[in-house]
Amino acid sequence: MDNTFDAIVIGSGISGGWAAKELCDKGLKTLVLERGRDVVHNKDYPTAHLRPWELAHRGALTKKFKDENPLITKAAGFGEDTKHFFIEDKDHPYVQEKPFDWIRGYQVGGKSIIWGRATQRWSKYEFTAPERQGYGMNWPIGYDDVAPWYSHVEKFMGVCGTRDGIEAMPDGEFLPPFQFNCVEQHMSDKIKEHFPDRNMVHARWAHITEPQEVHIQQGRGKCQARNLCMRGCPFGGYFSSVSSTLPWADKTGNMTIRPFSVVHSVLYDEATGKASGVRVIDANTKETTDFKARIIFLNASALNSTLIMLNSKSDRFPNGLGNDNDLLGRYVGFHNYRGWAGGKVDGFEDKYYYGRNPTEPIIANFRNLGKKDTDFVGGYTIFSGAWRARGVHFKQPAIGAAYKLSQTEPGGWHVYMYMQGETIPKAENHVRLSETEKDQWGIPLLITSVGYDDNDEKMVDDFLTQARLMMEKAGVKNIETNDSKQAPGLDIHEMGGARMGTDPSNSILNKWNQVHQCKNVFVTDGACMTSTGNQSPSILYMALTARAANYAAEEFKKGNL
Amino acid sequence: MNRREAISATALLMGGTMVGAQAFLTGCKQQAPKEGLFSADDLALLDEVGETILPTTEGSPGAKAARIGAFMKVIVTDCYSEDEQKIFTEGLIKLNKASQQMQGDDFMVIGAEKKELLLVALLEQAEKYNEGKAEDEPVHYFTMMHQLTHWGYFSSEPGATQALRYIAVPGRWEGCVPYAKGDRAWA
Repeated sequence: MDNTFDAIVIGSGISGGWAAKELCDKGLKTLVLERGRDVVHNKDYPTAHLRPWELAHRGALTKKFKDENPLITKAAGFGEDTKHFFIEDKDHPYVQEKPFDWIRGYQVGGKSIIWGRATQRWSKYEFTAPERQGYGMNWPIGYDDVAPWYSHVEKFMGVCGTRDGIEAMPDGEFLPPFQFNCVEQHMSDKIKEHFPDRNMVHARWAHITEPQEVHIQQGRGKCQARNLCMRGCPFGGYFSSVSSTLPWADKTGNMTIRPFSVVHSVLYDEATGKASGVRVIDANTKETTDFKARIIFLNASALNSTLIMLNSKSDRFPNGLGNDNDLLGRYVGFHNYRGWAGGKVDGFEDKYYYGRNPTEPIIANFRNLGKKDTDFVGGYTIFSGAWRARGVHFKQPAIGAAYKLSQTEPGGWHVYMYMQGETIPKAENHVRLSETEKDQWGIPLLITSVGYDDNDEKMVDDFLTQARLMMEKAGVKNIETNDSKQAPGLDIHEMGGARMGTDPSNSILNKWNQVHQCKNVFVTDGACMTSTGNQSPSILYMALTARAANYAAEEFKKGNL
Repeated sequence: MNRREAISATALLMGGTMVGAQAFLTGCKQQAPKEGLFSADDLALLDEVGETILPTTEGSPGAKAARIGAFMKVIVTDCYSEDEQKIFTEGLIKLNKASQQMQGDDFMVIGAEKKELLLVALLEQAEKYNEGKAEDEPVHYFTMMHQLTHWGYFSSEPGATQALRYIAVPGRWEGCVPYAKGDRAWA
C-alpha cells in the first residue's frame, strides 16, 4: 500500500467528517484515520428498527454491564439500544486527578452518531465577552469570519429552526422548525410577557424537516419523528458523519478511510520544519505504520487531539507539537449542565401531539450580553420542553381493571428546563500525559485535572432561581429544582487544550486553526476552542473545520504547505 | 443534546433470586425444575400476579398475554442486584403465605376477586414499608412486582399496541392536536 497522501485527517467524527469532505471536494487525496471499527450508514445500525419489546431488557442495562462500566453508562442516551456506539470503560482508561467523566465513542462516525444535534450559532457576544468582561482572551476571529461557514455547513447538514432575530443566538439557514406543543407555546408566550428580553424559541437542530436537493444527493430524507436518533437513522433524518460527510467524501474517489488506526503521534521533520506524517498503531495487531502527507488535520476529539499533540515529541518540540509555551493541554473548559428544574402545568387536557419530537425548544442566553449584569461571568442557554405523562392520577389502589384503564390515557402536562452554561477556561484546568501509565497500545494515559470554580456555582444558583421564576410566572405548579453536582465531562462538551489565539505567545493555534509553529498541522475539533460560549459547540467545530480545510486546500495548491 | 430521555430514565430496576424457594407454591405437589433462578411454576405465579394488577379488559389483553412472568425473570436475573434478587425471591414466598393467611389458600387457586383483594392489601403494606425504610434500602418486594408489571406490560407488544397507541414510524411531528377523553396515550 502506498502510504503517501495529500492530506491526513485524524478522526472521523463530527469535525473529521467535515475535513474529509472539504479536502476531497477540493481534489486532495485524503486518508481518514479512525481508531475504532467501521460503521456504514444503514448497514451497521443493528437496533435502528427494533420495537420496544424486541430489546431483550426493554432498553435497560444489565447489572453486570453497569458494574463493569460505571463511567460510560452515565452518558446521556446510553442504553441497551445505543451502547454499541460507546466505548467500554476497561478498554480506555485515563487518570482523573479531579472527577471528570470522559465520554467517548470510538468508531467511524465517532460521537456524531450519538450527538445531541442542537445547532445554535455563537453570537458576537460569546467571541468577545471573555476579554470584554475580563475572564479570558479574545478569539483571533469573530462572528463575521465564521458566519459564511455556518451557512455552508447548515445548508449541507440540514438544520431546522425559526429565524427569530435574537442577537444572542443568530439566525441561520433554516429548514422549517419542529412546532411547539401547546404547553411549550404557552410557556414561550408567558416568558415573553413577563420577561421581554427572554426568548423561548423553536429548536435549532440538525434534522431535515424539508429535504433539499443537496440532501437528496446525500441519500438522506425527512426526519420521521421516531426520536430514536442515537441508534443511527435509517432515513438519514439527522446529520452524522456516517450518513452525510463521509459517504460524500467517498464518492469523490479521493478518500481512503482506515478503521482500527490508533494514532500514536504526528511526525515532525526537523529539516523542513513541518509535519511529515502520522504514526499509526493498528488497534488489533499493534503493528506500527507511518503515513505521509503534506497536510494533517487533527479531529480526534478535544482531549484526544491534545493527547496526540502532547505525545508528538521531537528535538524541536520536546514538550509536544507546537508547545513552546506550556499552553498545550491547558485552558480546558466544558459546559455546566448541573441545573435542572421541572413542574406540572394544569389544563390543556384537550390537547395532545402526534409523533415523537427529537428536538427541544431553546431559551436563548439572556445573561451578561452587552454588559455584565450578574455576580458571575458568562451566560447560559436553557433547553426546555413540555410533555404529557402517560396515565392519569388514580385515587384507588393501583390494582385491577379500572387502574389499568387509567394508565392507558394521557395524564397531566409536565415542563422542564436545564442549563448549558459557559465555563471559564483556566490554565490550571488542564490535561497532561501520565509519566508512568500507558494504554494497551503503549500510548501514555491522559491525566485530567479539570474542576468547577466559584463562577460555576454562582451560575447554577442563578439558573435555578431564574428557572423557578419563569415557571412561576407561567403558572407551573409543584416546581422542583435540582443541582446534580455531576462531574465536568458528563456534558460531553469538553473544549480547549490547544486553543486558538492571536499570537504564538498566548496560544497553540492561529486564526486558521494552524499550529503556530508547525503550519501544515490544523486542529479543528473542540481542542481549538479559546472559550466555551454557551451554545452547543459541535456546529462551530464543523464551521471552523470547513473554513480551515478550504484555506488549507488553497495554500496547498499555492505550494505554501 | 436531547437529554429528556436521560432525565426520565432513572432506572426502575430492583430484583430477586429464587434460592431455596422451590416448595412454597403448591406444597407437596411435584415441582417443575428451575431454569436458572425461576421455575415454570414461578413464572405462572408471576403471570397471575401481573394479570391481577393489569387484567384483560375490553379492547386489550392483560399482563399474562404480555408474558409478564418471563419478562420479570429476565429483568430480575440480569438487572437486579443480589440483595434485590433475594427480596424478590423471598417475596414470592411471602406473597403466597399472605394468600394462605388472608384469603385461605394458595394464590394460584383463589378466585380473581380474592386475588385482587390480596394484592390491594399487599400494595398498602408495601407503601407503608417503603415510607419507613432507609433511602438506600431496596423497596418492598411487591413494589418490585408492581413496577415490573407496569413497565413490562406497557412496553410489550400487546400493551403498547392495544392498551396504548404505538406507531413505529410516525412520519411527521404535529405539536398541537386535539385530544378527546378516552383516546389512548402514545406508547
